[in-house]
Amino acid sequence: MKTVRSLLVVGLFLLPAMLSVAAEMRFPPPDFQTDYKIPDLNSPAPVSSNGTRDAIILFIALSVTTWMVFKARSRRGLFIISIFSLAYFGFYRTGCICPVGSTQNVMAAVFLPDVGVSVAVLSFFVMPLLFSLFFGRVFCASVCPLGAIQELVAIAPIRISPALDRTLGLGRYVYLGLAVLGVATGSGFFICRWDPFVGIYRMGHSFGMLLAGGAILTLGIFVARPYCRFLCPYGIMLGWMSRFSKWHLDIPPSPCVKCRLCENSCPYNAINMPIPSHLVGDPEAGKRRIRRLVYVSPLIIAVGATLGYLSYEPLSRMHPKVALSERIAAENIGKLTTDTLETRTFRAGKQTVDELNAQAVQIREYFKTGGAWFGGFLALIICLKLIGLSTAPKRDIYTPNKETCFSCGRCYPYCPVEPLPKRS
Amino acid sequence: MSEGHGIDRRDFMRGAAAAAFVGGAYAAVGDKGEEMVWQLDPNKCTQCGRCSTHCVLNPSAVKCMNQFNICGYCDLCFGYLQPGSRGRDTGAENELCPTAAIKRTYIEDPYYEYVIEEEKCIGCAKCVKACLVFGNASFYLQIRQDICINCNECSIAKACPSDSFKRVPKLQPYIYLTGDVSTTKSQPSSDPNPPQTTLGPRSENS
Repeated sequence: MKTVRSLLVVGLFLLPAMLSVAAEMRFPPPDFQTDYKIPDLNSPAPVSSNGTRDAIILFIALSVTTWMVFKARSRRGLFIISIFSLAYFGFYRTGCICPVGSTQNVMAAVFLPDVGVSVAVLSFFVMPLLFSLFFGRVFCASVCPLGAIQELVAIAPIRISPALDRTLGLGRYVYLGLAVLGVATGSGFFICRWDPFVGIYRMGHSFGMLLAGGAILTLGIFVARPYCRFLCPYGIMLGWMSRFSKWHLDIPPSPCVKCRLCENSCPYNAINMPIPSHLVGDPEAGKRRIRRLVYVSPLIIAVGATLGYLSYEPLSRMHPKVALSERIAAENIGKLTTDTLETRTFRAGKQTVDELNAQAVQIREYFKTGGAWFGGFLALIICLKLIGLSTAPKRDIYTPNKETCFSCGRCYPYCPVEPLPKRS
Repeated sequence: MSEGHGIDRRDFMRGAAAAAFVGGAYAAVGDKGEEMVWQLDPNKCTQCGRCSTHCVLNPSAVKCMNQFNICGYCDLCFGYLQPGSRGRDTGAENELCPTAAIKRTYIEDPYYEYVIEEEKCIGCAKCVKACLVFGNASFYLQIRQDICINCNECSIAKACPSDSFKRVPKLQPYIYLTGDVSTTKSQPSSDPNPPQTTLGPRSENS
């Protein structure tokens, strides 16, 4: 036995060609003479994804926030809950899983045939939306760890012009469209990949992401919640739900006296101000504008869808297989002289270039369909926004804009009708 | 009156929307709603070393495992010793592992046991590669599920050049090299035939 093993070892040294043979039990498992027992493999169970507990904590946090927004009307209470959320969902649970990212898991279950989503993850996606449908965006107020970290740094918020706010806010729709496209084509979970704060929660990430997180937080000192307002894809859905919410935060708890004191309280442009009567347009003119927009919007959507369809090639490079296929092709024709770990690994593997290219062609086809939907979706959003802008409805009191209000409670202390906070 | 009617209808629509929303969402889950965790398939792994550098944790949640029922217990272990090392002893200059995470214990002539001290292991796969090339390929990488924080998008999966990472059911969170479950008693699953226990080409005649 010993000699066989020694011979084999010597053979390995003498014949390097032997190295390439398949490594299948070159040495038979030893036959121990002593009472040595082969140890068990150490394979501890996962402890990390305690989804049910997190879902329960999310529900409790949402309920307490709702109470703070509607009954206690306490900005301080909301602030304390956001510290808790940041500590628990952010730092303790390392930012995973969060409702923002769970959008992708749900999309994956919808689009991909063999992927499911667990009940815990699904409830993470559904619960904030349901709360939003009844109480407004209480999730944004202080439960979302991404919102909480920005709320904490918003020390000296300035107000930016509503027009700029709206325009930059379109970024959220691009982000949502890209995220859904990424999931549906199997390119990856972009919301998680580009999450700027997750590196801070985990105290380590790629340098670029930490830099982006730091930049957004620095910007967030002056422009409050830039991620929520200009990027957050989940906020769109929360806004849609909140728009039809049964109850919503009110600035004064009793009739508004139009004192104008709350005008500067909201750094998010989320207070609908009274429109002076001379600015209220002719309702007939507004209707005419809307009618024209409705007639022309199918054309705009068609143009958007066509542009999306035509941009399938750059979009499809988001998929690693397509990127690899293009890289291999570029190396093969000598356009690129260096190889990467990916191309080296591919060349060492069993798959042929033709197989890879066939896969890439298939994925590009997905991107043609997906790109058309993506472009059409963005065009539809632009049409809806234009329709929304074409009338100036009559408003004579200060109300929160149900769609964009984060229910953060900053306006409470500005309202003189507000009773003094209770001291219990 | 008409206003009151409108509010009622609005409430009804809201309730219906919520119900349809929840019902539709749960229907979308179907019977696939199992909790999943990340794992890497050692049969696809090419030991590129990115597991040690791309995990959000430091050190990586990917660790080397030694599957003892495949291990040859070699005296001259290339997973343990630096090629060309002068002595077969535990001197640090002889060890292949950059963090000296492999513990070598004498059992009986000529067998030595190699145990991975996982708190030291960084998942660089140097020993895995050496054991694959020179030995029985009993070393392989696995995500240690008690360390992994199960990111929604695994950073290593994104960086893996050989497409080895995938989500596996939480109840069968490891992909072993062999179907011999008797040696993996501490596996939490009671399933006698775990589908993830893939028999790779490397372990056909084990």
